[in-house]
Amino acid sequence: MSFLDLKNVTKIYPNGTKAVHETSLSIDEGEFMVFVGPSGCGKSTLLRMVAGLEDITEGDINLDGKLMNEVDPSERDVAMVFQNYALYPHMNVYNNLAYGLKNRGIDKETIEQKVNDAAKLLQISDYLQRKPSMLSGGQRQRVAMGRAIVRNPKIFLFDEPLSNLDAKLRIQMRLEIKKLQQKVGVTSIFVTHDQVEAMTLADRLAVINNGIIEQLGTPIEIYDNPKSLFVAGFIGSPQMNFLDGNLKNKTLSAEGFEIKDINTDFDGEVTLGIRPEHLSQSENGLINLKIDLVEQLGSDNLVYGQLKNKKDFCYRCPGNQTIEKGSNLSLNIENNKFYIFDKSTGKRVN
Amino acid sequence: MKFKPLQIIAHIILILGVLLMVVPIWISFASSSHDSVTILTEGMKFHIGDQLARNYNEVLNEKGGWSEEVTAAKMFINSFIMALGIATLKVVISAMSAYALVYYRFKLAVPIFWLIFITLLVPLEVRIFPSYKIVSDLGLTNSYTGLILPLVASATATFFFRQFYKTIPDELLESAKLDGANAWSFFIDFLVPLSKTMIAAMFIFMFVYGYSQYLWPLIMTTAEEYWTVVMGMKIIYTESYEGVALPRTAERFAYIILSMIPPVLVVVFLQKWFIKGLIQTEK
Repeated sequence: MSFLDLKNVTKIYPNGTKAVHETSLSIDEGEFMVFVGPSGCGKSTLLRMVAGLEDITEGDINLDGKLMNEVDPSERDVAMVFQNYALYPHMNVYNNLAYGLKNRGIDKETIEQKVNDAAKLLQISDYLQRKPSMLSGGQRQRVAMGRAIVRNPKIFLFDEPLSNLDAKLRIQMRLEIKKLQQKVGVTSIFVTHDQVEAMTLADRLAVINNGIIEQLGTPIEIYDNPKSLFVAGFIGSPQMNFLDGNLKNKTLSAEGFEIKDINTDFDGEVTLGIRPEHLSQSENGLINLKIDLVEQLGSDNLVYGQLKNKKDFCYRCPGNQTIEKGSNLSLNIENNKFYIFDKSTGKRVN
Repeated sequence: MKFKPLQIIAHIILILGVLLMVVPIWISFASSSHDSVTILTEGMKFHIGDQLARNYNEVLNEKGGWSEEVTAAKMFINSFIMALGIATLKVVISAMSAYALVYYRFKLAVPIFWLIFITLLVPLEVRIFPSYKIVSDLGLTNSYTGLILPLVASATATFFFRQFYKTIPDELLESAKLDGANAWSFFIDFLVPLSKTMIAAMFIFMFVYGYSQYLWPLIMTTAEEYWTVVMGMKIIYTESYEGVALPRTAERFAYIILSMIPPVLVVVFLQKWFIKGLIQTEK
């Protein structure tokens, strides 16, 4: 049995909404797991069930070999960082960190020691006497993490903790969370709807949609090998291009071009997925693109255009190429990196 | 800095407002420093007279009442105890019942809240006979408990605390839970300090409410040692030998001025908290 075990966990709210469907998942000790998915997909509910803030309708949650279903959140030895930090507004930073320890009946000197260590680790030693209202967003974030670290819990739970920060700070805190987790080595679950955060932080990633884990794997596995249309569309920025097509006798015909010798036995209506970065310019390429707009990011250009049948399409090329708006491009798929999904079920078929 | 006409008008209005509040009190105070005869013959006074010490000394130490057993000083103490008891218990009970209503999501929470709220429609004056019956059956007439107890339930304060608790984000409770706080420590460590401002405000209102009770102590107390200020105001200088002596107007003014002191002190003292609370809870 692994460190955290979820077995057929289901959550049905009293009003009948099914937020999480029979989800099973194992997380190893020290692992950084990220739950990613669109809002309302059940990722936060799953996290809150691990914390004990939501009742489990069906299934079991085991933490460190102990069944957690009926254990009170205060007894679970988990720490959580909330989206709005939930700092205690009337206590100074020191007491914010110390409160959980005091409740566990730890003596004063040990508390002081632990709080000071955590404060040092997070570089908040200078603010220990301040109230949360006197801190900036980034500092509050650190205090929230300090409150989690100081208790030395079995597991860290992060509920979209970076979404209240501005873009620059978010990237910085993202790095710090990752470094900190590696340094402290505590098992962590991080919930986010931001796929870049998910990709950069995760040891393993669970892509969740409609209360179901669509795919579980390392970020690169998921990027290289999405198992469903949803995962393919959700992971990767800019989003994967999707084209309608038809598959027959290992030959795909779509939008005026054909790809032969595809390794599949599937016949029927399909969706072809091509990542914008898996394309290159070539004469007589498969895809003809009439360019509407070019976004210059410096390192890359994002080229947006339309195919012959007016379908939107995106192509990513190195930033040193100049591409004129209104011109035509001929593109080929690099190294046969394309994905074919069954149109009716969304399942990958090649 | 030059004043614009609008500002001048605004200031005049403000000054008039201040005068409206202060002048009656000043007249009472000034009148309390004269001889009763002077006031009766010349009307109320704007300037301080020479009888200040004598009048106040008389009010505080002279025994009055039907059987001349109670001094005004004793009545101030009674009123203070009554108001303090009412205010403290009202705040404690309301805060706790609001806590139960907001945080324990039992099925009947909403009907129970409305039931509490409806009691606003039935003030003490309306239910005075049943209330008196109960208190007298319990043998609590002529006691501080009897003065305080029937007045400690407060729908208003419960309502205000409930509204305040509802604004406290759920994450705070969840975070406290994960930090090992139980129901009691969440109330003491979080809700009480967070609602300090609220508590101070409620305490002030309820203290003044308790202090200015008239009907209930009037009915409740037959022993003069439990008389309160407001009822005393009517009774203490009513001369039993009517028509013979002059009304003791000056002493009454002195009595009124003295009776204002306890609530004023409470407001002054709690105002510090009030403002402190306002500054600290801003997010």
